[in-house]
Amino acid sequence: MIIAFSTAGTTLAAPLDARFGRAPRFLLYDLAHDTFTVLDNAQRLEAAQGAGIQSAEAVARAGAGAVVTGHCGPKAFRVLAAAGMAVYTTDAPTVAEALARWRAGALVALTAANVAGHW
Amino acid sequence: MSTATPPPHAPRPPTIAIASGKGGTGKTTLAVNLARACGAPVQLLDCDVEAPNAHLFMHGVACATTVFSVPVPVIDNARCDGCGACARGCAFHALAMVGPAPLVFAELCHSCGGCVQLCPQQAISETPQRRGEIETQQAGLVTLTLGRLDIGVAMAPPLIHAVKAGARRDLPTIIDAPPGTSCPVLAALRGADGVALVTEPTPFGLHDLRLAVAMTRTLGLPFGVVINRADSGDDRARTYCREEAIPILLELPDDRRIAEAYARGALIYDALPEYRAAFDTLWARLRALARAAQHD
Repeated sequence: MIIAFSTAGTTLAAPLDARFGRAPRFLLYDLAHDTFTVLDNAQRLEAAQGAGIQSAEAVARAGAGAVVTGHCGPKAFRVLAAAGMAVYTTDAPTVAEALARWRAGALVALTAANVAGHW
Repeated sequence: MSTATPPPHAPRPPTIAIASGKGGTGKTTLAVNLARACGAPVQLLDCDVEAPNAHLFMHGVACATTVFSVPVPVIDNARCDGCGACARGCAFHALAMVGPAPLVFAELCHSCGGCVQLCPQQAISETPQRRGEIETQQAGLVTLTLGRLDIGVAMAPPLIHAVKAGARRDLPTIIDAPPGTSCPVLAALRGADGVALVTEPTPFGLHDLRLAVAMTRTLGLPFGVVINRADSGDDRARTYCREEAIPILLELPDDRRIAEAYARGALIYDALPEYRAAFDTLWARLRALARAAQHD
């Protein structure tokens, strides 16, 4: 499975970005091969509206099966749920730490958006 | 032989808009008192649809209320083959393509109908979705029409367009615009024959007056300025108007009795008859401004 982490950076040591819809990038970590790629999200970052919707479409298209981020709004959550993706939130400072917590089973999947839109 | 059709060269009754960059300068106060000053049948359109309040001063009798709706897409999942053309084509990201069929985010939809045209399977139709209501009240000679956007609805322009589209063409019209210089204000001002920009003589008032002037010039509409609470601040609004050759149509003083009448929901025109001449003059000046533009 591929997990999408919201981040401003391009490495595992980069900070986890608390925003999903307006995250600058997604680090797509492939659990099967322990490799990752980086998906640029700048276009969504600058969207006038619907950033969360488009970000959710983008990570779904990239083949991710789950999302790990800081916060997820209602529109993005609806798209991710429709795509069959689990959404985990964490205050982990880095992508590597968030991944470690996910592997340890310390993250709980959201059952609904944890923030209102435009938080 | 008599005929109901006016002669071809009779001037169309004017449409006058009251606007301002800054909120709270006195747009509604001016609009309701101008309507009262008209002295003949006139319609007042409250286009501040996010917070309409002209009715609080007109005390009219409700005549009619209609529901305002906009068309939004509905997906026929039986016909949809999941190609995603609709979602890719939507400039407003109101459609998301994940799973077998697109998700619709109706609150983002601008009702352009593009998705209906783009769908190769004819799987998209449109259904009306409520966004607010339009109410008409009669207060003496004034027919007041107000748009009231539903709570939680973000897009005001479609309702403003609907309020204006329902207006009568055979009556003079006063438009109470929303504050600011963004889309809802443009929707309210477009098509007006003359605009009164209301300001106050403060740094904040002048800053927003400059924005409002730039907007009104961009729209190509004839306009003048009304300085409210004119003796309360400094001279900068006057100086600016002089430098820019903008006519000052009226100056209203900072009179506590005006605020008291306002707080009671009373018209200045009725509560303080000494101001009648000021509003009569303003109405005459705005009509002249509009007439000059109509003849251009």
